[in-house]
Amino acid sequence: MNDITTKGLTEREFKVVGTRPLRPDGVDKVTGRAKFGADLYVANMLVGKVLRSPHAHARIKSIDTSKAQGLHGVKAVITAADFSDLPSEFIPAGEMMVNYRDMTRNVMAREKALYEGHAVAAVAATTEAVAAQALALIDVDYEVLPHVIDVEQAMAPDAPLLHDNMYTIGADPKPAKPSNIAKRVEFNLGDLAVGFAKADVIVEREFTTAPVHQGYIEPHACLASVSEDGQAELFCTTQGQFIVRSFCAKLLGMDLAKLRVTASEIGGGFGGKTVVYLEPLALALSRKAGQPVKMVMSRTEVFRATGPTSGSKVWVKVGATRDGRITAADALLKYQAGAFQGSPVQPGAMCAFAPYDLDNVRVIGFDVVSNRPKVAAYRAPGGPIAEYAVECVIDELAKHLKLDPIEFRLKNAAQEGTKAAYGPKFGPIGLVQTLEAARAHPHYRAPLKPNQGRGVASGFWFNIGGETCAALNLGEDGSVTLVAGTPDIGGSRASLAMMAAEELGIALDKVRPLIGDTSTLGFNFLTGGSRVTFSSGMAVIEAARDMVRQLRERAAMIWEIPLDEVAWEDGCARSNSGSTRLKELSLAEIAKTAGKTGGPIVGNAAINAQGAGPSLATHVVDVEVDRETGKVTIVRYTAIQDAGKAVHPAYVEGQMQGGAVQGIGWALNEEYIYNANGRLDNPGFLDYRIPVCSDVPMIDTVIVEVPNPRHPYGVRGVGETPIVPPMAAIANAMENALGIRFTQLPMSPPRVLEAIDRTGLVDKPGA
Amino acid sequence: MPKHHVTTTINRDPVEFLCSSEQTLLDVLRDVLQLTGSKEGCASGDCGACSVTLDGRLVCACLVLGVEAQGRSVETIEGMAQGDELHPLQRKFLEHAALQCGICTPGFLVASKALLERNPHPTETELRYWLAGNLCRCTGYDKIVRAVLDAATEMRS
Repeated sequence: MNDITTKGLTEREFKVVGTRPLRPDGVDKVTGRAKFGADLYVANMLVGKVLRSPHAHARIKSIDTSKAQGLHGVKAVITAADFSDLPSEFIPAGEMMVNYRDMTRNVMAREKALYEGHAVAAVAATTEAVAAQALALIDVDYEVLPHVIDVEQAMAPDAPLLHDNMYTIGADPKPAKPSNIAKRVEFNLGDLAVGFAKADVIVEREFTTAPVHQGYIEPHACLASVSEDGQAELFCTTQGQFIVRSFCAKLLGMDLAKLRVTASEIGGGFGGKTVVYLEPLALALSRKAGQPVKMVMSRTEVFRATGPTSGSKVWVKVGATRDGRITAADALLKYQAGAFQGSPVQPGAMCAFAPYDLDNVRVIGFDVVSNRPKVAAYRAPGGPIAEYAVECVIDELAKHLKLDPIEFRLKNAAQEGTKAAYGPKFGPIGLVQTLEAARAHPHYRAPLKPNQGRGVASGFWFNIGGETCAALNLGEDGSVTLVAGTPDIGGSRASLAMMAAEELGIALDKVRPLIGDTSTLGFNFLTGGSRVTFSSGMAVIEAARDMVRQLRERAAMIWEIPLDEVAWEDGCARSNSGSTRLKELSLAEIAKTAGKTGGPIVGNAAINAQGAGPSLATHVVDVEVDRETGKVTIVRYTAIQDAGKAVHPAYVEGQMQGGAVQGIGWALNEEYIYNANGRLDNPGFLDYRIPVCSDVPMIDTVIVEVPNPRHPYGVRGVGETPIVPPMAAIANAMENALGIRFTQLPMSPPRVLEAIDRTGLVDKPGA
Repeated sequence: MPKHHVTTTINRDPVEFLCSSEQTLLDVLRDVLQLTGSKEGCASGDCGACSVTLDGRLVCACLVLGVEAQGRSVETIEGMAQGDELHPLQRKFLEHAALQCGICTPGFLVASKALLERNPHPTETELRYWLAGNLCRCTGYDKIVRAVLDAATEMRS
């Protein structure tokens, strides 16, 4: 059952927005026609391959590539020596801060290999077999160093240091010695001591979460071609072709305008394709070889060398009064960054208590490096880890207070006007509405069987806007080409075309949406931060309004009346002067004569989208625990979320369902397992098991619509929030089923069984 | 080492190709014949993105050698639509929004077609277990399962 509940929706009556048309790129994707990152083949193409460190931590004393270079069929070999070193500074790139010193070292190890799988050299050869042979001929002299994997061990004073010059940023006083702690963040509101003094009940817990991979099914892939005059083409699977252009141009010392990046169809990203790995290597190899170079990662390389999200230790303490008001909340977050600084601990700290209206809050966070691949963004980066811990403690408090967990959340829920602990005052937000919808849902009253339990959790994510361009080109027949600059990762061509059709007042099939390469539009920040439907949607609406203004001008010219007497309704110019002599002019009619009325009609928008509204969600889950094996089965699942306005409800539901199931994997199965040598023992889908079809039930959804007043149609981003609640909702359901509070993810069968055995809950035969 | 000359049938058309001993059927489909609708997600038979049928049997093309196609019949996603007519499964995937990124979609369609050919009336549970060898990271499977069950109903009528 998939429902949409509308609360106070804008007055506007939509014709196209809110319907469920077929996606315009759909046929290409069900017939195998769509070109993903590895699907392009060009003449004279070489195969590129990467040599990777077998050690978790090693000094690179020397690299001898002469034998590889001499192999018949090898056209280029590169190492870090082929890239300029770059200074350590934090530079804004769209809405991210990047450090090119770290980036150049992550794509190709320089002084040291910092994790197993770290790239140390790459080759381009005529065939894959020759490239593989060449890799085996590269002689790297390593001095193996002690390594550290665990976050708390990495924070210890005697831990092996990854970077000799890492002095904790944000620590007061400035540390005298380097450490693996890259950064300390802190947020404060009110007075903690006063708040805890008022509490009747205090719950304090420590949680552990494992690093988990985004698990996109398409491995990283690209095809680069650099010509002799330095002009270059790059085709790659990415969440942001403009970001790839910025990063690669910087790493290779190229002009941006000389590098044209085309985003292929993208086979999943979830944040993991917001960075570069192969792309600068393929460009460097192509530049050296003078031929196109294609590179594709194996699944093993994806696991070993691309970014999962952080594993963590999180401590949370929350106090509340007997009548259910939270008086104080405190948290300490320790996030693994991988080999280079940049874990999502800051957004994690900002999200931790964001769903609640609190007076006294403190959150302290640490960003800690260790000998693992550098983390990359993963769907609401940082949020799920902190909010999992907080939502477990909230549940436990509700139990102590003998309050229904939804009731307890409602008593403390943030709403419009609430000042968040991290700073801003919220505009209209939908947490209360999602909680009320959860309480009213039949799921919440469905009977539970033995060994089953029910859990609830809420989740918050900011969402972002940012730099965005869009163009609408009117054809002579009245059809419209829409060009957007944000890769379509899950149906955004549909939602953007719908917004264009809505605003222009024309049929949806008259709009053909395309994703432009970096030469077709001005800068666009990437597909991420749940920003595309919000930001590219806003740009498309603005471009459509630009086009409508021009269409009205043409009609005014044809009719020889003032512009303000021409209205645009239902895809037609109409005179509102009351004259019956002027019949309407359709968009197609104006398009046909555009050559005689002033030339081509193009609607453009170049904006920095502001006013992204947070999206809040509440999930309800029923689990069944097999006490003999420790296996947990998801029996029932309902995801409820505020979408602001669901442009294409089927794809909003899809985001909610997909995020929920990724969260189920995070909760129950997924983890990176390292051996004593610091090597990953499960770099494949057999041993790093993501949920399969038979693991999950149907995922019911309820879309709540609390319009975002800062978007013309009320849109909020929806893509990331759905992964925030599942881990706590499932942990809370497990507690409800077994009376055991699990504080470690994943709650995999061995761990569940061990806990059942420890607490003596197992059914004794004959008992 | 000299390459093998293989004569086979792909999507009902006669095809000849040359391949080396170690090339998989997936390598041949993609790198030699440029039928790139079959995707490589793992190369170890865990993700199902390269699902094709070999003499009607559902296989992962990454676990079959190119030379094994000799004298046999291979069906890939490229052979699923007939002329300009989509297969009911393809239509239902679009109608149900059963794809987001679309990388797993060809594999799911080929696998679902193979199921419905041997079991036109699968239960939801039978379908979920049949599709357990096809990974999708975007959809949570809900809309895929609905699309296949709906297509099965239509194909039976």
